[in-house]
Amino acid sequence: MSIMLFFSILAPFIAACLVPFLFRYKRTIHTGWLVLPIPILLFLYFLLQIPNISGGNNIHLIINWIPSIGMNLSFYLDGLSLLFTLLITGIGTLVVLYSIYYLNKKEKLHNFYVFLMIFMGAMLGVVLSDNVFVLYLFWEFTSLSSFLLIGYWYHRERSRYGAFKSMIITVFGGLSMLGGLILLTIMTDTTSIREMIESKESVINSPYFTGTLLLILLGAFTKSAQFPFHIWLPDAMEAPTPVSAFLHSATMVKAGIYLSARLFLLFGGSDLFFILVTGFGLLTLCWGSYMAVRQTDLKAILAYSTISQLGMIMAMIGFGTEVAIFAAIFHIFNHATFKGSLFMIAGIVDHESGTRDIRKLGGLMTLMPISATLALFGTFSMAGVPLPFLNGFLSKEMFFKTATQISPTAPLVDQLFIIIPVLAVLGSIFTFVYSMYFFFQTFMGKSKETLEIKPHEAPIGMLVSPIVLVTFIVVIGLLPNLINEPILAPATAAVFGTVPEEHIAFWHGEINTPLLMSLAVVVLGTLLYLTRKKWSHVYRLLPGVLSANKAYDAVYEGHLRLSRKTTNMYMTGSLRHYVLYILLFLVASGGITLVVTDGFAFSTSDVAPISWPEIMVGIVMAIAAIATVFMQNRIAAILVLGVVGYGLSLLFVFFRAPDLALTQLIVETVTVALFLLCFYHLPKLDTKKQSTGTKTVNILISASVGILVTLVAIASHSSKRFETIAHYFIDESHHLGGGDNVVNVILVDMRGLDTMFEITVLGLAALGIYAMIRLRKEEEID
Amino acid sequence: MEILMSILAGILFATGVYLLLQRQLLKIIFGTALLSHGAHLFILTMGKLNRGAPPILVEGIEDYVDPLPQALILTSIVISFGVTSFLLVLAYRAYKTNQTDNMEHLRGNDHE
Repeated sequence: MSIMLFFSILAPFIAACLVPFLFRYKRTIHTGWLVLPIPILLFLYFLLQIPNISGGNNIHLIINWIPSIGMNLSFYLDGLSLLFTLLITGIGTLVVLYSIYYLNKKEKLHNFYVFLMIFMGAMLGVVLSDNVFVLYLFWEFTSLSSFLLIGYWYHRERSRYGAFKSMIITVFGGLSMLGGLILLTIMTDTTSIREMIESKESVINSPYFTGTLLLILLGAFTKSAQFPFHIWLPDAMEAPTPVSAFLHSATMVKAGIYLSARLFLLFGGSDLFFILVTGFGLLTLCWGSYMAVRQTDLKAILAYSTISQLGMIMAMIGFGTEVAIFAAIFHIFNHATFKGSLFMIAGIVDHESGTRDIRKLGGLMTLMPISATLALFGTFSMAGVPLPFLNGFLSKEMFFKTATQISPTAPLVDQLFIIIPVLAVLGSIFTFVYSMYFFFQTFMGKSKETLEIKPHEAPIGMLVSPIVLVTFIVVIGLLPNLINEPILAPATAAVFGTVPEEHIAFWHGEINTPLLMSLAVVVLGTLLYLTRKKWSHVYRLLPGVLSANKAYDAVYEGHLRLSRKTTNMYMTGSLRHYVLYILLFLVASGGITLVVTDGFAFSTSDVAPISWPEIMVGIVMAIAAIATVFMQNRIAAILVLGVVGYGLSLLFVFFRAPDLALTQLIVETVTVALFLLCFYHLPKLDTKKQSTGTKTVNILISASVGILVTLVAIASHSSKRFETIAHYFIDESHHLGGGDNVVNVILVDMRGLDTMFEITVLGLAALGIYAMIRLRKEEEID
Repeated sequence: MEILMSILAGILFATGVYLLLQRQLLKIIFGTALLSHGAHLFILTMGKLNRGAPPILVEGIEDYVDPLPQALILTSIVISFGVTSFLLVLAYRAYKTNQTDNMEHLRGNDHE
């Protein structure tokens, strides 16, 4: 039966392939209805696994993919995966249902549901994979599908910006994570997460431990929008609201949390893990909730709220005690319920009133009573108001409890620990403020006349999904132990290794510190909410100029500018510059090699005797060559060049190369003739003086090339490595080739292929010349 | 002798490179011609000079100069001739089309 696990991941991908056809041939029905059965069936399947998992029977499945590098489709369903699969498929179902009413049939629905199904399959793959590389594969699939979904309305500038930003940040993190995972694989010699945890010792004692941890946490932090990588999340709010509810509150942003939790048994014991995860978690909690108060867009408030809640969960994983892990798991579940419903309500408000701007909204209570009631439960649960029917309060109180309990167990400076509960309370106060702000500004007060459409209650189909989620808020608030045994306990066991003896209760029968902290949050939060106009100018001081978004834009723009500048600097379009680069590299690499390898040698033991006629010809050639440089008259330059060529053929005569001398003579004559033919059509030689700088560079470069060539020639002549093979040609020329002119025998017999292609080159040159002269556009012919 | 010929090849290379760095197309082609002369001389020098008779077999002679570099140079001469003539015609066409043979002006535009 375990093969079903594989099909559960495959099913959304198959659905994604079918959606375009369904969209095309079933135009009368909203495509969403045809997609809906997939998440429902998957949800039921995972629901049926609860008895197995809570009984300790985890499901494991391996399908060979690329066994040679240890990349197999290895899937594993334990308590933690089960919690996430239930969230993905459950909220996925509700989101698909919601989207049916949210998205018009005129939209490009096939795109939407294809992306959504890819995302769902990828997310299931992330939480079920046991193989780190398969995990990474699905991880990037979620990044990609998220990119596509954010940019769903691609004609909008802001959508494209948001999609691009989230892509860059999450893929940056994903690649870092890949690095970390590869290091883990090298350290433990396995690609399976469970086997890695078993060989934990080799990871902890490895010199790469710190780097690995940092790289993997970078992946987790970027995906889960932790400070300072949180900036992509508010911009991802340009996506359609169902997407925001699904990806950017309930599932994808928890992938980083999932990863931290999954690898908790591997890294959990280390101080660095504690410091980083707790530190960044608390920082994100405070910064996210602080920034949320300032937003004016409903979805932006929820985005910063998500950031802050994710920070809180991350901090709890960092605490690393049994209760903290349990509380983190509990809050993952709770956050998915209330944040999903709040996003859907924000979508409803947007849909039914035409704006999401909180400054334009107000007094919707009477017009949209059902949505308002749902929002009330959602926001109060998010704020952690101490009421017995709100799940958010329960997990928040556990958060406070773990924050105060942390100091005795961890081996760090005690005085620092007082800051943890303080930060926890501070973050929660701001959470309270923005929750109240969200609810009261939207639904209470006077209704405003500026709205374009008259607000009215949403259709019942749109309300079903938030109603279901709010039901969860209340039911779990009232009866928290309902999900304790079947879901939370196995999940905690999967993360921490042992099952906690935790009973979630609203009232512990005594007044303890966490309860007092909760009360302080409510009191201070109410005060701050009522006086918020008086202190809102602090936002000008902080973040003020210290905005991470500005930093991102500056880095991005600066990067573009820098690369443009760099490219413009060396890609000048001037041939001379490119030739200079090539020659400089030649001189530098050749010179350095000569010096470093001590390659220069000088020996006169094996040289031919000097004879004067040859010297004279050589001197004439040298003078002629140098003279070509200074010639200002075209004919003189061509003739002097001819002197070099004829000199060379004379040298060939002296050095006993009759065929060469002949060929050189003819070729030189023809070349000179060609030059003379062409010069008639070409302009006069440029006599304009070059600047001294340019001239100096030219002289330096050409002199050094000349010297390098000379040195190489002398060195290679002076160091004898092996015998020449000339005697073979000479011995066998007559016998094998049937000819006495050895050079010719070599050309046509022994190395005939060279000659064939040399003929080809000549033929091609001729064809090219013909084409250049004859084949032109009509109007170009002079 | 080889040492001196190496120096001569170096001079040919230096002047060739200097011409290659000029603005005018014609001078650049002069440069390539000089460079190929230098290269041919270089190859010949590597094969050792004046060690025996020309490589045409004659009864009774044992020592011949190395025929292989000569074969290589012969191929190279022909190829460089092909390239040089092609370049010359190219220069002619480029001048006709663009009305300039100054390489600094023949830079293309930003959209290429």
